[in-house]
Amino acid sequence: MTPPETLAESRQNFPEAARELLADSQIRKNVRHATDVIQAKRNKVVAELPDWQDLREAGSAIRAHALEHLDHYLAQFEANCTRAGGQVHWARDAAEANSIILGLIQKHEAKEVIKVKTMTSEEIKLNAHLEAHGVRPIETDLAELIVQLGHDKPSHFVAPALHKNRQEVREIFQREMKLPELGETPEDLCAAARTYLREKYLRIKVAVSGANFLVAETGSVCLVESEGNGRMCLTLPDVLISIVGIEKVIPRFQDLEVFLQTLPRSATGERMNPYNSIWTGVHEGDGPREFHLVLLDNGRSPILADKEARQTLKCIRCAACLNVCPVYHQTGGHAYRSVYAGPIGAILTPQLHDMKDGRSLPYASSLCGACYEVCPVKINIPEVLIHLRGKIVEEEQKTLGGKLGLWNIGMQAAAFLFADASRFSAAQHLGQMGQKVFVSKSGFIEALPLMLSGWTQTRDLAALPKQTFRDWWAAREEREEKAR
Amino acid sequence: MTDGSRAAILASIQGALGAAADEAAIAAEYDSLPRAYKRIGTLDGPALLELFTDRLLEYDAGVYRADTEGIGAKVGEILKARGVNRIAIPDDLPAEWLPAAFDFVKASRFTEMQLDKVDGVLSACTVAIAETGSIVLQNAPAQGKRSLSLVPDYQLCLVFAAQVVETVPEGFARLEATKNLPMTFFSGPSATADIEMTRIKGVHGPRFLDVLLVV
Repeated sequence: MTPPETLAESRQNFPEAARELLADSQIRKNVRHATDVIQAKRNKVVAELPDWQDLREAGSAIRAHALEHLDHYLAQFEANCTRAGGQVHWARDAAEANSIILGLIQKHEAKEVIKVKTMTSEEIKLNAHLEAHGVRPIETDLAELIVQLGHDKPSHFVAPALHKNRQEVREIFQREMKLPELGETPEDLCAAARTYLREKYLRIKVAVSGANFLVAETGSVCLVESEGNGRMCLTLPDVLISIVGIEKVIPRFQDLEVFLQTLPRSATGERMNPYNSIWTGVHEGDGPREFHLVLLDNGRSPILADKEARQTLKCIRCAACLNVCPVYHQTGGHAYRSVYAGPIGAILTPQLHDMKDGRSLPYASSLCGACYEVCPVKINIPEVLIHLRGKIVEEEQKTLGGKLGLWNIGMQAAAFLFADASRFSAAQHLGQMGQKVFVSKSGFIEALPLMLSGWTQTRDLAALPKQTFRDWWAAREEREEKAR
Repeated sequence: MTDGSRAAILASIQGALGAAADEAAIAAEYDSLPRAYKRIGTLDGPALLELFTDRLLEYDAGVYRADTEGIGAKVGEILKARGVNRIAIPDDLPAEWLPAAFDFVKASRFTEMQLDKVDGVLSACTVAIAETGSIVLQNAPAQGKRSLSLVPDYQLCLVFAAQVVETVPEGFARLEATKNLPMTFFSGPSATADIEMTRIKGVHGPRFLDVLLVV
């Protein structure tokens, strides 16, 4: 199998990219505002459901079960979708998916396609591929339209333009839609998008979408959205092409009763999002005459082999972990330099690349565990982060540079010292002597050298005390002995 | 290309997962999945309709009530209040629901382009979920195709009291028999919060929604 196209937008690692973005106070302000608002709404509607933990448990079990029997459920989905008049295509990687989709568009001689927001198409960089072959993709989700017209990149799964405020959106629309008089209230901006797109919905004959769930039992596809742009793309054109990751399959129609409770509440803080569409193949007299579903692997199937990390694929892309993450809260999505940002992106991106890219991302976390607590399918993200860090270290230890690197030597030395009480105690005494040059007048260590400097960059470290706990304990026992 | 890819992807999955279980074992495992969440609601009839009404009002929908005999008159009242006249309907909508003095046009006579020019749409539904204020439309009698309830700017939907359930799982139980039909759940008018997380009504779907509860 060919290696997946790179998801990473550049080779820049997380700390470097984060440093750049932290300097942009406007982005930080916009991200902070947006994530605070979504979080508050999410917490309110989640608190309404006394059975929230039971829903998480069920959702987690259903997704895990579907992944454990993924081959079975995919084959079942394919058979049922085909029986209902859909055409299922399989794409091993981004290049195959792009060429299948372009081929279908060219077969219908379309020069333009309307698109519903899909992370999967971002992943395979479909828009760039279509443009390179003379097909113009038109994003119809308001936020994706803002990103597309602004020649920008999405920074969040659910609200891809949350890093832009209304003035910035207005400038983009004024320029790109040629509306110099456009106002800046969200209502004005929405109305401009409605007018801009409506003519396109009615005219363009091919649509491209993603999907939230594939139902094996019926061969149905489920897509959730807010604006109605999805419904327009799913029902008005003659041809619909949906590109979906292979992990999105669930066993039965009834399972949606769990996810259609947990997904909207987690994603946008709504009891239900305004629109959910569910369709099965093609239906005479209702919607497209031709329906194509492209199943995308692109590095997913090998993740199943890792029993600890497999849970990553349970993700239903609600982005609750982004909104709650103290790291994402500061940096926003662009710092991850990946289509998939935030805590889930930090575990998904490197795995989709067979750990060859995005290697700094598992470290982009304080391991506080907030992401796990909000995850509607109970992905233990901190556990997977640590697991992936372990994998990276083990791989690096296999290279000469890694073996002789300062980190490895330091960590091996620490492991050696911590393994034995007398060695540990000796090291403490050495430390008490050795730290003297670093301890400031205030009694704190304000700057450490080399790789330890990161720790003291933004905080002071308490110096080792004159008497260690072990010394105090030993002295105490001596005193008691004497007293007796 | 895609045949080879199909085999390669399935082989890669099987290789990663190890030994495959047989169908009966998978079904048994599925049946044993934990489902301790709330399935059945606890509200009685009037309280249930009240909850549904509250949710719809929160979405800024108009909510009205009529009895079975009064449907046509009430529909007329609502349409008049909205100032709309030319209304698209599914072909099989009962004639007694359609008050005179309005221009009702059967949807099958319309292309989507023409639907864009009508004032609104009137239809029935399959089931409504009180807890989330959601209404489910299917390509079923008195409901029509999906674009019918999408393209016009105004929507009036009839919901019979017996169609209202409390919880999402109860809603899915009602849909089980017709799960292969194209369907749309809608919860309030179309909306977005993409600009500064401010919820705005009406982007591409109908901007105005009224619900007539038949009790």
